[in-house]
Amino acid sequence: MSKKALTVALMDPPYESENLTTAFRILDVAARRGYDINVFAYEGASGLAFTRQMPHPNPVHGKNVAEENHPTTKDQVAALLAETEKNGGKLDWVNCGMCVDERGVGEFVPGTRRGSPADFHAFVEASDNVLVIPTK
Amino acid sequence: MAQYLLIESRDPFESNDVTYYYDLAKGLADGGNEVTLFLAQNAVLAARPSARSAALSALARGGVKVLADDFSLRERGISKLVEGVAAAPIDTVVDCLAAGHKTLWH
Repeated sequence: MSKKALTVALMDPPYESENLTTAFRILDVAARRGYDINVFAYEGASGLAFTRQMPHPNPVHGKNVAEENHPTTKDQVAALLAETEKNGGKLDWVNCGMCVDERGVGEFVPGTRRGSPADFHAFVEASDNVLVIPTK
Repeated sequence: MAQYLLIESRDPFESNDVTYYYDLAKGLADGGNEVTLFLAQNAVLAARPSARSAALSALARGGVKVLADDFSLRERGISKLVEGVAAAPIDTVVDCLAAGHKTLWH
């Protein structure tokens, strides 16, 4: 199968919607295939790569941090970057700058960058296909 | 003839918009297009034999390929699917994107 370039636009914030679970599963498949991937993280999704997210224990269930093994979206973004690179692809993850500023989430996972909807337009022009996952 | 991938993520018991999305799939298929309806997340609840599942079987009989995300099915403990609906991996979405299908998410 020839190498492809796909763009995915995300809008949901971390920890609120199953849309992101499905989105990361789609992105993971593309990464394993070595595709070039563009992600435009818009609105609430601009917080996905925020580095100050912290895993937490669950005292109600008597679990410490390690036992709870709470996933963070920043780790999922970092893993996606690593998986894409490992398979010969490239992941360009853009966090919408205005959305980031509004939310105070300007500390990104290394390898992601600040951008604007103009980047999304460029992604669309350069990609084989585009998937926009809106909020509900 | 164009190829369409329509991804439905919503539960038809929760949102009447789902019916309109089914109508879109039917309209595209009736227009001679190749249409795949991929059910994900709570949308797979309609793939169980239930009051809402007849619409999916009708779509399948009308030429729409109706698939249900296997992960979403397992999460919800669904193993029995109505006529015309098949389980499929999420790879199907990437296959369709890579093949250039016009893709919509609802």
